[in-house]
Amino acid sequence: MPSSVPALAKERTEDAVPVRRPPAPGRPSPRGWRDWAAVAWFLVPALVLFLVFVLAPIVVAVFTGFYKWGGIGPLDDFVGFANYTRLFEDRVFLGDLGRGLYLIVLSLTVQLPFALFTAVLLNQRLRGRAVYRMLFFAPYILSEVVTAVLFTMIFLPGSGMADHLAGLLGLESLQGRWLADPSTVMPTLFVVMVWKYFGFHMMLFLAGLQSIPSEILEAASLDGAGAWQRFRHVTLPLLGPTIRISVFLSVIGSIQLFDLVWVMTAGGPNHSSETMAIAMFQFGFKRYQVGYASAISVVLFMISLVFSLFYQRYVLRRDLSGAVTSGGGR
Amino acid sequence: MASALTSRRSFLALTGLTALSVSLTAACGADGSGGTSADGKVSFDWWNIATTEPGKSLFPEISAAYTSAHPNVAIHTTSLENEAFKSKLTATTSSGKLPDVFQTWGGGVLRQQVDAGLVEDLTDVLDWSSELTPVSLQAYQIEGRTYGVPYDIGMVGFWYNKKLFARAGITAPPATWAEFLDAVGKLKAAGVTPIALAGKEKWPGHYYWAYLAMRVAGLPALQQASTSKDFTGAGFVQAGAHLKELVDLQPFQPSFLGAGYATPGGQAATMGNGKAAMELMGQWGPSVQKDAGADLGADLGFFPFPTVDGGVGKATEVFGGGGGFALRKGAPKEALDFLRFFVLENQAKLLASNGYLPVVKGAESGLTDANKKVVADSLVKATGFQLFLDQAYPPAVGQEVNDSVADLIAGKKTPDQVTASITEAAKSA
Repeated sequence: MPSSVPALAKERTEDAVPVRRPPAPGRPSPRGWRDWAAVAWFLVPALVLFLVFVLAPIVVAVFTGFYKWGGIGPLDDFVGFANYTRLFEDRVFLGDLGRGLYLIVLSLTVQLPFALFTAVLLNQRLRGRAVYRMLFFAPYILSEVVTAVLFTMIFLPGSGMADHLAGLLGLESLQGRWLADPSTVMPTLFVVMVWKYFGFHMMLFLAGLQSIPSEILEAASLDGAGAWQRFRHVTLPLLGPTIRISVFLSVIGSIQLFDLVWVMTAGGPNHSSETMAIAMFQFGFKRYQVGYASAISVVLFMISLVFSLFYQRYVLRRDLSGAVTSGGGR
Repeated sequence: MASALTSRRSFLALTGLTALSVSLTAACGADGSGGTSADGKVSFDWWNIATTEPGKSLFPEISAAYTSAHPNVAIHTTSLENEAFKSKLTATTSSGKLPDVFQTWGGGVLRQQVDAGLVEDLTDVLDWSSELTPVSLQAYQIEGRTYGVPYDIGMVGFWYNKKLFARAGITAPPATWAEFLDAVGKLKAAGVTPIALAGKEKWPGHYYWAYLAMRVAGLPALQQASTSKDFTGAGFVQAGAHLKELVDLQPFQPSFLGAGYATPGGQAATMGNGKAAMELMGQWGPSVQKDAGADLGADLGFFPFPTVDGGVGKATEVFGGGGGFALRKGAPKEALDFLRFFVLENQAKLLASNGYLPVVKGAESGLTDANKKVVADSLVKATGFQLFLDQAYPPAVGQEVNDSVADLIAGKKTPDQVTASITEAAKSA
């Protein structure tokens, strides 16, 4: 989720080099109940907002997912798991799952290595590197809708820039297809995703790279390590925490992708670019099958939750102390 | 010191909490339903979708004229963009409370609201309904009762480029499906894209299937199918087969599957820029062409959807929809009086703005635009009317019609599979 990203990123890069800080000296032993009461008071507004806008909707969605409900009138048609069995018999929805996986795999194998490559490049003493950094990061600042409208124009059949470029490059077979052909729409969407988000990952990697002490790299050079060896055996391991966070954000972002796709293709042509979030919106707000849409949202939520918990437990364990799944140990 | 600090903390926390709860209560309290106060003042809410011209300036003008003639009435207007209006009304409906006067398109959504007991039955109080054209009222009538008042009505038909038709050697607009397919062939042979279609948006595609079903199976069959929830009849399969005949000729512009309707490079722009010979679209077609592409002017013509040989439907049976207002159950009676003022006394104003078509009998003579005149005349002569299927049916069924027909056009579903999917959606809705 974009809003939590800066905080997470900051926390990561601060201790990208795993140096454990000693406990603050002279810290008072167990807090008195007065302190706790004050903490509780200050938490109340945040907790209320969290309960009303996060927890309550989740509970309501789980609840309505067991009903056949059109959004109007009383919830009186309890159907048990029927919405869920219908969901997993729906070929389009299974396709949505497949497309989610497709985006995840491409993000991890293409987008992140590309972002890492750019970051390493822009970490060199390069003339005007600040300008390049800014340029590559700029798309991330644009809103999703603006990006989507922009690329709708670029991929416009006939008069769009993409068709023009394809013509210059001798790729006439691609002209007029892009978002309009079921077989090209997903790769096209992925290109837009990379354009939009790789700069963000590049920034994460850059921050990570800069916290690697140059002494270590120098020492490696003195020991006779070449550029590739220094990258492979020094930079990459020390960048581990940043990469793990980047992977996490990419996966969650791919699973929940909505606005870019909604504006560019609305899930089409013929469901060939539909994501889970699009299916949820279609059923909830176009077909008024709120019960079924709730079931989709619950599945979407469960996939994200299970992935997050496992990832935190088994991959991020070393990086995040005090996370829910770390079992209290350090 | 410590206790002073704590008390200041709790004071701050309390203040914050109070502010929060006050704003929450205020938010809950602002339900703004209309009513009469002790001093005879009446106020009511009016939700409309007039966010673009001409309605944007015309609607407030009309409500101001009404309130200045009736100083005891206050109208609280909320204007929302089409899609935003629909989501907001869905949310409001599920809370069981509707605004006093609200935009409606009739059909399946209105029926759901009526079934939930939220809409005022106007049948007995609407003593001026005889002044309205029967076609315009039809969408708001459910089982013989009237639940809404129309202010606009229109129909779908083929808008065509006379110049391109002439270039292909087509002398008269096709009157039958066979002639139509023949014309498509001639246009292709002349190097002209026969039809512009917004494949991305799906609803323009459903017009073809719906009209073919009307022409082959007939209007009663469509109504019958929606009550029996069975669309598998031979007429519906045949409608799909006829549509497939058209699709097999590859009549649409290149990359139509990704094309929007009013967006740059979309259906309306393709048509307006003279890059396709025709489009099947509602009465708003010419103004959107002008907006997204260019104005075809005198080159633009209109012909009704052709009949199908052996089908029971007639060329005078029309498919379309309009716009109207409905009242919340228990809305003040002044709200209905306002609607009478809006529809009857402002009919000339609405027509003069060139954005609406007449709902009052005989008012079509006041139209100046040639294309609007043709549509209005066809509506006057109409012998039957079918509301847009994606509005007439419950939303889940309407969307399935759009989706399945889009699949048929893309070659992903057979005519049988289309009727099976729609039937399945109707049975489970």
